[in-house]
Amino acid sequence: MSITVPNTKRAKQAAKGPYGHLGTVLNELDDRLGVAEGGRSFMDKIFPDHWSFMLGEIALYSFVVIMVTGVFLTLYYIPSQALVTYHGSYLPLDGMRVTEAFASTVNLSFAVRAGLLMRQMHHWSCDIFIGSMVVHMARVFFTGAFRKPRELNWSIGLTLLTLAIVNGFLGYSLPDDLVSGTGIRIAYSIVLSIPLVGTYLGFFAFGGNFPGTSVIPRFFIMHVLIVPGIMLGLVGAHMFLLYRQKHTQFPGEGRTEKNVVGSPMFPVFMAKTTGFLLLVTGVTALLGAFAQINPIWQFGPYEASRISYAVQPDWYMAFLDGMLRIFPAWSFHSFGYTIPFEVTIPAVIFPGLLFGVAYAWPTLERLFTKDNEMHNLLDRPSNRPKRTAAGAAVLAMLSTLFLASSTDVIANFFHISLTTVLWSMRVLVLVSPFVAYPITYKICKEMQGIKGGGKRKTPNVVTRTEEGEYLASSAPVYVDDLPSELEPTEVPRYITSPPKEPDVAEPGARIVER
Amino acid sequence: MSDVHESRTPVTLSGLPEDDPHLQPAANDPRQVERVIAVTFALGLLLVAGFGACYWIAAPPWTLGATMGGGLTLLGVGLVAWGKYLMPAGPFVEERHSHASSPEARDALAAAIVQRGGSVVKRRKLLGGLLTGGLGIFGIVAIFPLLRSLGPLPKGTLFHTDWRKGTYAVDSTGRRVQVGDLAVGSIVTVYPEGLENSDRGQAVDQTVLVRISNENFTTQKGRETWGPMGYLAYSKVCTHLGCPVGLYEQELQLLVCPCHQSMFNVTNGAIPQFGPAPRPLPQLPLYVDASGYIRAQADYNQPVGPGFWERG
Ligand code: FES
Repeated sequence: MSITVPNTKRAKQAAKGPYGHLGTVLNELDDRLGVAEGGRSFMDKIFPDHWSFMLGEIALYSFVVIMVTGVFLTLYYIPSQALVTYHGSYLPLDGMRVTEAFASTVNLSFAVRAGLLMRQMHHWSCDIFIGSMVVHMARVFFTGAFRKPRELNWSIGLTLLTLAIVNGFLGYSLPDDLVSGTGIRIAYSIVLSIPLVGTYLGFFAFGGNFPGTSVIPRFFIMHVLIVPGIMLGLVGAHMFLLYRQKHTQFPGEGRTEKNVVGSPMFPVFMAKTTGFLLLVTGVTALLGAFAQINPIWQFGPYEASRISYAVQPDWYMAFLDGMLRIFPAWSFHSFGYTIPFEVTIPAVIFPGLLFGVAYAWPTLERLFTKDNEMHNLLDRPSNRPKRTAAGAAVLAMLSTLFLASSTDVIANFFHISLTTVLWSMRVLVLVSPFVAYPITYKICKEMQGIKGGGKRKTPNVVTRTEEGEYLASSAPVYVDDLPSELEPTEVPRYITSPPKEPDVAEPGARIVER
Repeated sequence: MSDVHESRTPVTLSGLPEDDPHLQPAANDPRQVERVIAVTFALGLLLVAGFGACYWIAAPPWTLGATMGGGLTLLGVGLVAWGKYLMPAGPFVEERHSHASSPEARDALAAAIVQRGGSVVKRRKLLGGLLTGGLGIFGIVAIFPLLRSLGPLPKGTLFHTDWRKGTYAVDSTGRRVQVGDLAVGSIVTVYPEGLENSDRGQAVDQTVLVRISNENFTTQKGRETWGPMGYLAYSKVCTHLGCPVGLYEQELQLLVCPCHQSMFNVTNGAIPQFGPAPRPLPQLPLYVDASGYIRAQADYNQPVGPGFWERG
């Protein structure tokens, strides 16, 4: 007996099932990998919508831009300190003795088609990357998104930030130009300042006393392989944890600790997020086209005994530079040993403490609040005045340090003496956190006291007393339009002050307690 | 338009009837939004094509970035708008499942580790110890040589420069500096002869030669012979973080480091007068030989540059 297969077009179509080619492909895939169920739940995965959740996406996509443009650059850059005589399309440098690293960077900027664009995009996307990471981290901090169960992802994020800063520095150093060479010199001296092992570390890292012969090749392999390799792994882990633990959300209509409200992965989130990828790339390209960044041919090649004026590092290192500038010259000499505290404290101990506290923060907060619950709903910053104030204090200090990295520029600009600037910076850095803390704390408290604080609009009722005085009080609240934030959510355990009573309760006015 | 999203009760995505309001676009007038997005996409498409054209004809670099950036930005804006206004408005809700396992499952895991692992390790303590020892030693043995071969040991390198008794001071072109070369108030960077083009000469031996008068000049007690004919020589490596101390404030007779504004007074032995530098710049003792050349009496009497542990 033979089975007759009807040979019409329609029959073929029918044999394929209602989903045609796609169906066939999926069937084949599912036979081998079993993707159907997981794939479907992936499509249905819900992503909460809030503008602040986009910050992490910007960071992710600028990382993509960095990698793509970076690969382009590796094709032309030569990581070598060997000296060559420059003969290229940039005439002012013609005939100069420069390192191959410098020459190849100038060449890839001028002689390679689209090379300058790629280089500038690479630098700009790095600045955007670190900037958006910092803002993303602030969002996570102030809304309490780092709380259980997400402490691990907080640490991964912090590590990513640290690595990004390190890699930014390494990459900035690669062109071997005058400004970046000075940066390397400073970094070397900072390593030297570490007690006990500093000189050994410095000699091992640089292959000898500064400048050594291996800095550029070593920085190169760190910059393009080792650090980004680790970062790529960590980005993967960051995303995986986000996927597995699901996104946090702000309280709101129908939102609880036990659900996620928002848009599905496919198609809504997919469309928006792909749109962001294009946007980030597009904006970076526009910056690369119109905003010149790091024109190394104007700085010239590095020579250890030359220096340009107004030396400043990239913005994300500026707080360290500021600290180095304003820290007093406290060198410690005793027992035949030196600890250069004027370097060790601002450049090693201070950043170590800063990042150490950041790593420990989720644990510290858990210890202090004794809150060991799972948290999927975010805090409004004003509901956690102490945390918010602490964050504000640190930000205030970091911003003054950022300012302090341009003491000379400030002094020149305002025609005041450097000494005045130095001392005001020292005072500001010490005082700013102590000013920012109470002010922020007070603002948070005030916002808690305001009825409907943090919500969109609450109607007021204006009443007129018999004496003719006008008084405003919150409109009566009906169960139907109760502010949705408070209703379905678990009430946080440590809101410190309950919302204030309305000032005036007109006899007879129907006020429903919230 | 986003208010639609805020004010509706979230529902589960699957099993919704097609006319459910949650599945309708968020825009009030989808047709109009569609037209706007279509124009945005069309412009974006043109620009991206223009990028190709610009690349092909090797147009100036900024046109490449402008076309590519403009095009991608427009496509991105259009796509975000498409997702926001024309796709199902939602909001949808999804349950969060706790990944915490049941207490039994946790106990079962712990039991497996303790019972199986414990019995293996406890019964074979010797084997376990040897294996751990082997791996531990390998770790140490592997890491130390690896570190060690990265670079030489510091030894005494940081304590000396290449200045010796009788070394000629030369400028960056290799020309020996003579006593008549500098006017009072001017400076020049000098190197030990023969090292003016070497890395070490530039990074370690670099020295500022400043002339502050026409007579022998004493900066400190015990340095009576160090400044012949008003020539003073100081290490150019800043004692803060090693930047070249490249600025000379002639009126105030200060050497200024451009990195963090440390200022050193050349008349009193380069004692820091301002800024974070903790120590004076070491002074190089000079003499003028019979033919009028500036030469070093000896090496610096202390390590040059930033501080480090062994410096003492
Ligand atoms: S390196 Fe000279 S002041 Fe810092």
